[in-house]
Amino acid sequence: MPGADKETDLSERIESFLSELKRCGSGAGSLRGSAETARETTALLRRITAQARWGNAGDLMEIIRKEGRRMTAAQPSETTVGNMVRRVLKIIREEYARSRGSTEEADQQESLHKLLTSGGSSEDNFRQHFAHLKANVIEAINELLTELEGTTDNISMQALEHIHSNEVIMTIGRSRTVEAFLKDAARKRKFHVMVAECAPFCQGHEMATSLSKEDIETTVIPDAAIFAVMSRVNKVIIGTQTVLANGGLRAVNGTHTLALAAKHHSTPLIVCAPMFKLSPQFPNEEDTFHKFVSPHEVLPFTEGEILSKVNAHGPVFDYVPPELITLFISNIGGNAPSYIYRLMSELYHPEDHEL
Amino acid sequence: MADSDGRQVDSINHSTGKICKELTKEEKQRLRKEKKQHKKNKKDDRGPPEKEKEKEKASVLAPSKPATQSPAHKAAPVPVNASASESPVAAEKPAKSKAEQRAERRARQDTERASKQGKKEGGQQSASSKPKATPNELQPVVKRLPEHIQVDDPAALKKLAKKLERQQVRQINIVPLRSDYGYKVSLFSHLHQYSRKNPPTQQISIPATVIHPSIVRLGLQYSQGIIAGSNARSVALLHAFKQVIQDYSTPPNEELSRDLVNKLSPYISFLSQCRPLSASMGNAIKHIKKEISNIPSQCKEEEAKRRLQECIDSYINEKIILASEAISKYAIEKISDGDVILVYGCSSLVNHILCEAFEKQRKFRVIVVDSRPRLEGREALRRLVKKGIRCTYVLISALSYILPEVSKVFLGAHALLANGYVMSRVGTSQIALVAKAYNVPVLVCCETYKFCERVQTDSFVSNELDDPDDLIVTRNGKTHLENWQTVKSLGLLNLVYDVTPPDFVDLVITDLGMIPCTSVPVVLRVKNVDQ
Repeated sequence: MPGADKETDLSERIESFLSELKRCGSGAGSLRGSAETARETTALLRRITAQARWGNAGDLMEIIRKEGRRMTAAQPSETTVGNMVRRVLKIIREEYARSRGSTEEADQQESLHKLLTSGGSSEDNFRQHFAHLKANVIEAINELLTELEGTTDNISMQALEHIHSNEVIMTIGRSRTVEAFLKDAARKRKFHVMVAECAPFCQGHEMATSLSKEDIETTVIPDAAIFAVMSRVNKVIIGTQTVLANGGLRAVNGTHTLALAAKHHSTPLIVCAPMFKLSPQFPNEEDTFHKFVSPHEVLPFTEGEILSKVNAHGPVFDYVPPELITLFISNIGGNAPSYIYRLMSELYHPEDHEL
Repeated sequence: MADSDGRQVDSINHSTGKICKELTKEEKQRLRKEKKQHKKNKKDDRGPPEKEKEKEKASVLAPSKPATQSPAHKAAPVPVNASASESPVAAEKPAKSKAEQRAERRARQDTERASKQGKKEGGQQSASSKPKATPNELQPVVKRLPEHIQVDDPAALKKLAKKLERQQVRQINIVPLRSDYGYKVSLFSHLHQYSRKNPPTQQISIPATVIHPSIVRLGLQYSQGIIAGSNARSVALLHAFKQVIQDYSTPPNEELSRDLVNKLSPYISFLSQCRPLSASMGNAIKHIKKEISNIPSQCKEEEAKRRLQECIDSYINEKIILASEAISKYAIEKISDGDVILVYGCSSLVNHILCEAFEKQRKFRVIVVDSRPRLEGREALRRLVKKGIRCTYVLISALSYILPEVSKVFLGAHALLANGYVMSRVGTSQIALVAKAYNVPVLVCCETYKFCERVQTDSFVSNELDDPDDLIVTRNGKTHLENWQTVKSLGLLNLVYDVTPPDFVDLVITDLGMIPCTSVPVVLRVKNVDQ
């Protein structure tokens, strides 16, 4: 039966995506960039919308929510997956509201007045069936995909507004967004970049070689020298893995030290992060926040006997509080960290914060 | 080294300041006139007198060295004024003024020796003469910059080459000038950057008559990083000097006190070519030179050698071994049961403190923070684990993760500067910064012999650049930085030291007690007065 084939094909794809997520989580952070993950997630969600069996918006949302939970459980640190799921859920809600004809945008905002007066009017079952809902949703997801493809370019276009000539810029580790940002600025300006190598993965080395190929004066420094050279740095530009709901960051380890050093020298800290990295999570207790790699990256097995008597830790991420950040540069422009909560309410529906 | 010589003169002044009484204003004016005359003559004929100057210096060198003791006070304002007036002129001028000073000292020496007998009675009035001495000595501020931070100045490099030549006036020029390696980051073009693969003795073999073999061995051990850590380097240096003194024999017509100091100068140049001297080594050398110069001329050679060996032994014992005992005693008071102590890298002093505390049955655990490329923390880890202390190990990028657990931070120091800054292994300032942000107390442990009179506010002006190839690492079979030399715009920076501002440091534990960071110049002054 063609229906069954489509279903098995779909579940196969979902399974393969899940196993890829599980695998890519191990090792040096994200072997695939977050942008790729976001694109693949969205493509998969579009396929689900197209091929799964659903009668009304409510069913579709249930299916997507279920798949979304499975995907986030496969790789909890890869938050872009969850973010894309929430975006798609919001798209469905909007398309449903548009089909119904009512201007539901007002309902989205949780004003205190609304909460007190309207008891259950926002109890929308999403059970009505609309013929063109599927087409509309798929079209909207396509728009989302185009937006995703253009994020890096949008961010790089803003580079010349932030970098002047003869600057010394510091960065840490490897971020494709920052790489594109700096390369774009280098076409017109001459500046110097210092890359902190970010042990134990030393992704800074790759970043430095790639930047120096574009004739940007690059220097690789070990992590220990971050504070020593910070007094000569004009700006710190970093990428991040996730932007949290309070404006803080969950970035590669060593970023908090970098942010503190920049604060001490009053050097502006600029974060280049596309919108799909914005996640509605708040920083929880320290324990639930971290991801670790195998200690042998930190203390290799060649050290011998002392390994059994020593605890070695290899955390992957750092939390950076929003007070240390000066500016967020995203594909929709520059924002202060205090504005992030507002952007979040535009992107996600509050009921979707918990998948 | 010129710098240590200059400072040596000053320190001797403090001890023998009693002699200044005789110098009247007229004599000073006469000296100045004489000097100006000398300068004019030198200016007219630069070329031929080069050789004459060498010979003159060679002969002046011997008798003038003890002269540094007696007329040193008078010489101090004079040469410093000379250098003050000359330094804007040219880098080569100060070399000539030293020769002039030596000539003058020779002339004055005879008059001084005669009046020296009479001075012994006037020794009681040294106290009153000292205030007369100090105002003069507070004035001269213009110092000569050490060579190792003037790499970008071609005149300074020429001067160094000349100095190395001069120091082997009787033999051929052997002490090699090491060449820099690789692309240097522009902010650090004033510092040397050597490669470990090109040791200084590679091209040239140094015969034993020029430089003592134990010194050659020591220099190679420094340059290859086999001996590292300020205490270890100082102790190794002093042991090598003991060997040199043992094998030394006074040539005829020479005095041990003068000739031995001359013998040591090329050794010190060689060592500083292998690896720039640390502050602790500088202080140790100053002390030894002073001791050698203080040997009375009627002392027999064997007796003198024995005395010097004892002096070196007592220096090591007092300043390093006993000092670490005293520091441990103070520091153990600061360690309470249940503490989680963070240490960085491998500091022999901090390791000693922790081992002592563990033996005294204190209950604590240690977190060792390490950093690439040296990874010295692994050595500290081994030592602590061998003792049986519970340890955790992280890299410095995981500092923000581990700091909430920490109750105290113990750091070692390479040197304590006179403005309260702590010079230590690169990364120390970072640890102090993050600890301050988490409100964790930072304690620095440092012996007093590492206190130095330099001042510095950032880690750029005076630092050491290590071999840049150390940063290269192979992960998952890929080495990204393998061909960094071929890429024009890529540079690797391997700093060795950094300075920590005093507001990050809560306490400094020294053998004199527990002092705040800002009390360092007080200790220096007390030490100088004692000497």
